[in-house]
Amino acid sequence: MSEEVQAFTLDGVEVPFEKGQTVLQAALAAGRHIPHLCYHPEFRPHGSCKLCTVEVGGSHATSCTLPARAGMKVESETAELNAERRMIVQLLFVEGNHFCPSCEKSGHCKLQAVAYDLGMTNPRFDHFFPDRPVDASHPDLLLDFNRCILCELCVRASAEVDGKRVFALGGRGMGKHLLVNSPSGLLRDSTAAATDKAVEVCPVGVILRKRVGFATPLGARRFDERPISEQALDYAPRPPATGGG
Amino acid sequence: MVSRDPQGAVWPGRGEDPPAVASRAVMTETIPELEPRVRRIVARWNHDPTGLVQILREVQEEFGCVPRPAAALVARFLRIPYSRVTGVASFYSFLAIEPRGEYRILFSDNITDRMAGSERLMDVLCHRLWVEPGKVSEDGLVSVERTSCTGLCDQGPALLVNGRAIPALTDERIERIGDLVLARTPLPEWPAGLFTVADNVRRSDILLGHGLAPGDAIRAALQRGARGWSEHAANERSWREAYVGAAQGPIATLEEVKRSNLRGRGGAGFTTGVKWEACRHATGLERYIVCNADEGEPGTFKDRVLLTSHADLLFDGMTVAAYAIGASRGFLYLRGEYRYLLDHLEDVLERRRAANLLGSGICGQPGFDFDVRIHVGAGSYVCGEESALIESLEGKRGVPRNRPPYPVTNGYRQQPTIVNNVETLCAAALIAVHGGDWYRGIGTLKSSGTKILSVAGDVERPGLYEYPFGVTIRQVLEDCGARNTQAVQVSGPSGICIDATEFDRRIAFEDLPTAGAFTVFDAGRDMFEVARNYAHFFAHESCGFCTPCRVGTSMLVAAMDKIHAGNGTQHELREINRLNRVLLMSAHCGLGHTACNPILDTLKRFRPAYERKLRSLDFTPAFDVDGALGRARQMTGRDDADAHLEAQT
Repeated sequence: MSEEVQAFTLDGVEVPFEKGQTVLQAALAAGRHIPHLCYHPEFRPHGSCKLCTVEVGGSHATSCTLPARAGMKVESETAELNAERRMIVQLLFVEGNHFCPSCEKSGHCKLQAVAYDLGMTNPRFDHFFPDRPVDASHPDLLLDFNRCILCELCVRASAEVDGKRVFALGGRGMGKHLLVNSPSGLLRDSTAAATDKAVEVCPVGVILRKRVGFATPLGARRFDERPISEQALDYAPRPPATGGG
Repeated sequence: MVSRDPQGAVWPGRGEDPPAVASRAVMTETIPELEPRVRRIVARWNHDPTGLVQILREVQEEFGCVPRPAAALVARFLRIPYSRVTGVASFYSFLAIEPRGEYRILFSDNITDRMAGSERLMDVLCHRLWVEPGKVSEDGLVSVERTSCTGLCDQGPALLVNGRAIPALTDERIERIGDLVLARTPLPEWPAGLFTVADNVRRSDILLGHGLAPGDAIRAALQRGARGWSEHAANERSWREAYVGAAQGPIATLEEVKRSNLRGRGGAGFTTGVKWEACRHATGLERYIVCNADEGEPGTFKDRVLLTSHADLLFDGMTVAAYAIGASRGFLYLRGEYRYLLDHLEDVLERRRAANLLGSGICGQPGFDFDVRIHVGAGSYVCGEESALIESLEGKRGVPRNRPPYPVTNGYRQQPTIVNNVETLCAAALIAVHGGDWYRGIGTLKSSGTKILSVAGDVERPGLYEYPFGVTIRQVLEDCGARNTQAVQVSGPSGICIDATEFDRRIAFEDLPTAGAFTVFDAGRDMFEVARNYAHFFAHESCGFCTPCRVGTSMLVAAMDKIHAGNGTQHELREINRLNRVLLMSAHCGLGHTACNPILDTLKRFRPAYERKLRSLDFTPAFDVDGALGRARQMTGRDDADAHLEAQT
């Protein structure tokens, strides 16, 4: 094959890609943002949140799992797609219990950041208000399941990087939920540690380190500085950090 | 509050559980010989984690549920995390971690069951047994729940008791069941007549009237290969690779299937020959044949009859497929609702092994090795999707995979795999005997052969009707004795709902493709309630992997329930349309893509059924302020006028 750079267009602008990259990975590496939640630059994409859905040749696909091909014409920043994304974010908000003003992840939370970015101004649907008790049993970690968006990043990080498999999924449909791998089901009785990759990757406020929640004051946090859509390069694919920290 | 399926809103397995340590202590004391019994089950599945769903099913059959200590033992014996075991157990609706009643009764909740009075009969039984739906009786004797369509729509209402099907429920039968439960009669001693399931074949054609003996199709395939054949297979790398000419061996069979233009009978209609050829040409260590007998589409029951009365034809078809693509192992994925057919099917397999129709050197052909193992599902509609089915076969949660790659290249254990519907494989057996041209001569241009329809609902003679493709809806309605028909749901809730102006349309891939369900509604039926039942079905069966389907299907239920409760407005109809758009654009698999179909179809054709229920206002909140005070009234024992908000005008 020739040496020339392969490229597709994203909203009319060329994006180069390397062999094996998906559309989302190539876009982020080029500094172009496509909204996403369950994707993480260090893990193989699995495509469950559906926020990164794009249009290619009249049909829709999840850009995080869609292999990039030369000459593709990808549409992402359209009114229709953004309306659909806003609705997906609204669905996530009403599925769990997300009270941003009282959440210590506020300003560091990707769900919140994406919602701001997409111009979400209300929850639209009736809240489900599920009953999800917190697990504060671990000396260094708090699990607040109320905010779980089921992105499975902690499941993947714990298995692939930490080599611990602390987290798993149970139930199905609206009953789907995060499980802790311990005989009691409590984090205290698992092998989880505050230095785990699984803790770091949680995009929302489920897995929290204790006693550091407000070390960075509100207003001076990552997404307070700049909207998430201007931080695309931070999500460019990179090799997974080794676990354990 | 939003009214919704109570199962949808809770956080099962957390919070309401007793402390796990205490329950373990209690459980281990109460279950004698737990460890050896679990060990035996795990050993039966060769300590292989891909057997996890089967192991859990057998654990449940032995203990009535999957008790946590048993789950912990399974994890230990299989060397997998405990959370993987409970994660799988909580995915499948037939598996229960918390104890259910000694008699676990599941009422089939398809719309046809409801039309035949299942809700009232369930009430009667619950009253008689002093148990609330969804709960276990105080003494642990019995629990009564609803379940998705059990595939007995031609003889509903139906229920399952500890996995065994009882069709044709009447007041007398319900009374009898109640007596048997209260007398604690062991299930094997219940009168056999209760469990008799009829075939109800009303119209046979080439398939249901095939008249073939076991092995005929295999012998025909081998025969076809024998033309121009030379005897030198044994020491080739693979005997199958020895024959390359287009008219020889497995290729000849493959060519016949291609020539027949047979298309998959599971609904999607992919060309079978193309699928087989892609699998044959894919590189891999081993190839697999999987028969999809996870017939979960509400209203479909043809596979039940094929498995009951034509199992040999099916296994012939699987063996022919194995011959054509070069597979030596096959699976039959039997839906959990048909668990009662397992012994019968194992007997058929055993008989075939004895007759050299399975095993090694089939029909005396050296190197032709093939055998079939049966996996039983555990209550999950989405496992009918081929990649989710494969996940389940591998002992995992039945979540559809990302595609590509497709199963033909990366299927079971990442090896080339074909997944075919029961009816497709039966048709392939016919083609092996009679040839592709013969088959192509039946049906229409783009839809060759015949299709078996599962006819149920408001008809005089429900059952199976096999027609050549191209038959009109009107013809079917006439044959089954349907009168005053308002609508037909073709291919179940994921298919299409048509009204009387469309009865000249034809069953064919060119017009109305179908997986087989044919549910008839007469003019007396409320089509809104039909759609609402289907909306609940999809929400219950969503696997929960992707956001739009997991939450969106529950939002559809909320909108439909709000309309049902008399609080619906135009706003709900607009929201339904928007939810549909999101589901169509972004859902992970067909379940999400089709979840809105029943609502949109009925809205389009039977809008008055919705509008009758709507308030004229543009928006009414689902939250009922006065209703929210109901609990306070109950606690204070008051119901006087002052305990109510003033009636709003």
